[in-house]
Amino acid sequence: MRQLAYLKDVVTLKLDEEKCTGCGMCLDVCPHEVFKMNTRHAEIRDRDACMECGACSRNCPFDAISVQAGVGCAAAVINAMLGRTDQPCCGPAESECSPSGKKGAACCG
Amino acid sequence: MNQKEEATVFPIYTGSACCANDPGEKRTNLPRLDQGFVIGSVSTPAGSVPRVSSELQWRDHWGAVKARWGVGRMDYAVAPGLYALGNPDRESPVLVSANYKISFDELRSALPGRDLWILALDTKGINVWCAAGKGTFGTEELVGRIESSGLKEVVSHRSLILPQLGAPGVAAHTVKKLSGFGVRYGPIKAEDLPAYIDAGFKATSKMRLKAFPLKERAVLIPVELVETIKPTLIIAPVLFLLGGIGGPAGFWANALHDGSFAVLAFLSAIVGGAVIHPLLLPYLPGRAFSAKGLVLGAVVAVIMLSLQGYDLSMWAGRLGILAWLLIIPAVTAYLAMNFTGASTYTSLSGVNKEMRWALPLEIGMGLSGLIIWVASRLIA
Repeated sequence: MRQLAYLKDVVTLKLDEEKCTGCGMCLDVCPHEVFKMNTRHAEIRDRDACMECGACSRNCPFDAISVQAGVGCAAAVINAMLGRTDQPCCGPAESECSPSGKKGAACCG
Repeated sequence: MNQKEEATVFPIYTGSACCANDPGEKRTNLPRLDQGFVIGSVSTPAGSVPRVSSELQWRDHWGAVKARWGVGRMDYAVAPGLYALGNPDRESPVLVSANYKISFDELRSALPGRDLWILALDTKGINVWCAAGKGTFGTEELVGRIESSGLKEVVSHRSLILPQLGAPGVAAHTVKKLSGFGVRYGPIKAEDLPAYIDAGFKATSKMRLKAFPLKERAVLIPVELVETIKPTLIIAPVLFLLGGIGGPAGFWANALHDGSFAVLAFLSAIVGGAVIHPLLLPYLPGRAFSAKGLVLGAVVAVIMLSLQGYDLSMWAGRLGILAWLLIIPAVTAYLAMNFTGASTYTSLSGVNKEMRWALPLEIGMGLSGLIIWVASRLIA
């Protein structure tokens, strides 16, 4: 199957190569192979593949990665617009959230 | 089932499935032994740890089917805490999971013949990735659960294996600092765990890549459909009755003919957005889900209209066609847009950008289509 790709040039991911020590943690946690390792530090290989899950920035011990992490979920955005702040994501039933355990969906915040 | 009265271990045991509300307080909180999937217990310095099997029973499978259709989904949880798979000892690896029963079952069923500890975090019955995004599968819960589960007395090593998709919620270096336990991120899929463990806790790059294959898209369809039931119960009768207005024959004859078509057209749009769109996702044109939905909806509309046979020589017929060419793609695109939440690769920045044009377009198309359709009824 071909690699699925979402919109171009939208994600907020930034890597500070000065702070990066090349530990490789971001390569481990990223589910979309956004990073690659050059000789001294990590670099962004495919920015558009980033889904802003925030795994890399949270697990970077050197604070070298920043991203506005969030869940790419239209229902969550609509709920926020309607002021339903008690339902940060896809409603009370977690409906959109993939039920497939460790597989499955990004949603439901 | 008196085994659960480990009164010495639970000084203020309340009988609830959950949880040490104050993780700061030091006490061991072992999961209940009277849960249906528990097959015994393992005696440890922390008390009797419930033992589970890697074999799922029919009721585990049946529970999973119900949960995927949204039945009892929010209660589909195991008690958080430490479990034994097989016959683990002080050196056995510790796998961390969510307390969503489907996640827990996938994990144990992927590990036949293995002796391991499973630490189920209290994610309120939500799966790992979703809970990690929410933060309930998070650093704080993990550090607290390490304490309250008695894990430090049960194993001699200080190492945990977390699912990779738990990483959005957990800062591995902070867990190490606070608990002394090192975190390794295992593969995304439980089924890759045996290979990962046998390779000396090394994941291949393929194990680290989150794909979105047909099977995973297909299991999401039931919940997508269930979501549309409530709005359909309101919208379908309204469309049926609007079909009675105007037209050549009497009210009920019109409703039966044109109102029924309207209901069918609406249902076809739902099938397009909630069933066909997930199935064909990689093959539909466009990157934005709404764009994919618009194209798909247009195809569905053309098929439905060719079945209905509007009279193109009359203005009423032309307007009717125009109306459904607007309404069906609008509904399909809206449902397709909502599938961003279930997909495994859409970013919030991208969804925000998509919605800025798609939501007004979908609402505009839907409303103008409805007005045009009612107008076409009045001049018919």
